Amino acid sequence: MMVEIAIFFLLIFMIIGMLFVLEIENLLSAVVMMGAIGFGLSVIFLLLGAPDLAIVQIAVEVISVVILIRATIHRDIKERADESLSNISSIPLLVCIFFFFLMIYPALRLLPTFGEPVFLNFYSSSVYYLRDGFHLTGAPNIVSAIILDFRAYDTLGEAIVLFTSVIGALSILRYRNRKKEHNAS
Amino acid sequence: MSGMTGIVKTVAEWIKGFILFYGVYIVLQGHLTPGGGFAGGVIIACSFIMMELAFGKQRAEKELSEHGSHLLDEFGAIAILLLGLWGYFLPQMPFFSNVLLEYWPGSPFHIISAGSIPLINLAIGIKVGTGLYTIFVSLAEYKPELQEKEE
Repeated sequence: MMVEIAIFFLLIFMIIGMLFVLEIENLLSAVVMMGAIGFGLSVIFLLLGAPDLAIVQIAVEVISVVILIRATIHRDIKERADESLSNISSIPLLVCIFFFFLMIYPALRLLPTFGEPVFLNFYSSSVYYLRDGFHLTGAPNIVSAIILDFRAYDTLGEAIVLFTSVIGALSILRYRNRKKEHNAS
Repeated sequence: MSGMTGIVKTVAEWIKGFILFYGVYIVLQGHLTPGGGFAGGVIIACSFIMMELAFGKQRAEKELSEHGSHLLDEFGAIAILLLGLWGYFLPQMPFFSNVLLEYWPGSPFHIISAGSIPLINLAIGIKVGTGLYTIFVSLAEYKPELQEKEE
């Protein structure tokens, strides 16, 4: 029961932080507040018994906050641009939301009911991973066993995404730098 | 821009090794304890990013040069792919199959166990750490044209 109360207060903290991010004027404060929200999410993961996710969440939040702060200070943006949501017409937004829920309705129907334990179904894949994971892969950490053996193809996809983003950042930013030097010389 | 104040530089000099070795620990123990290649790689990248933020570009270039980080990034990506293809070219084995499991069987509390899972963890750790560091360097040091026009 204590865990539920703690998660409840952390969720309230995260909602308040998100409202601050949306409404605050200074861009740097908004970035720091995003880091605080990510920290709250990692504490929730830790309370729910998922230390793998908590480590990944806090590391990625910290590093993304550092990178974003470095980028925003470098660009020297003090105030954000004056944009408001009222310019966007509401009818296309409602149509988009309607079709989104229409498309995902068959997938939502397949989900188990909220609060129902998923391990009751003996033939589901989660029961299979938990029962035979150690004998098939030899890794005591079942999360590592799943993401690096059963679902290693997904991990290869993640690595390719990161590799592509490195190539994109280097090629775009370097190209501009070289063009500037070429024009100056 | 040659870094921050002396307090930050001294503290960064003290704790850089601890952060780096904590990341290496998380990568190497990924199949035994919580963590893994991605989280450990992010922590390794954090140590290099901290050095760059505290000391500026010249000192960070000594720790891990830009060319070296590109090479390590590509090495990690190719290593993941080769570890996957190793099982693929053996007869009757699927892609990313755990080919080393019969030589290094799984046993708790031993680093050399669980077949090729620690090797894939190590490759992902190298790849993520140097890749994030490269992204940070490219965002921090290459100035785009937009800023020059505004000035």
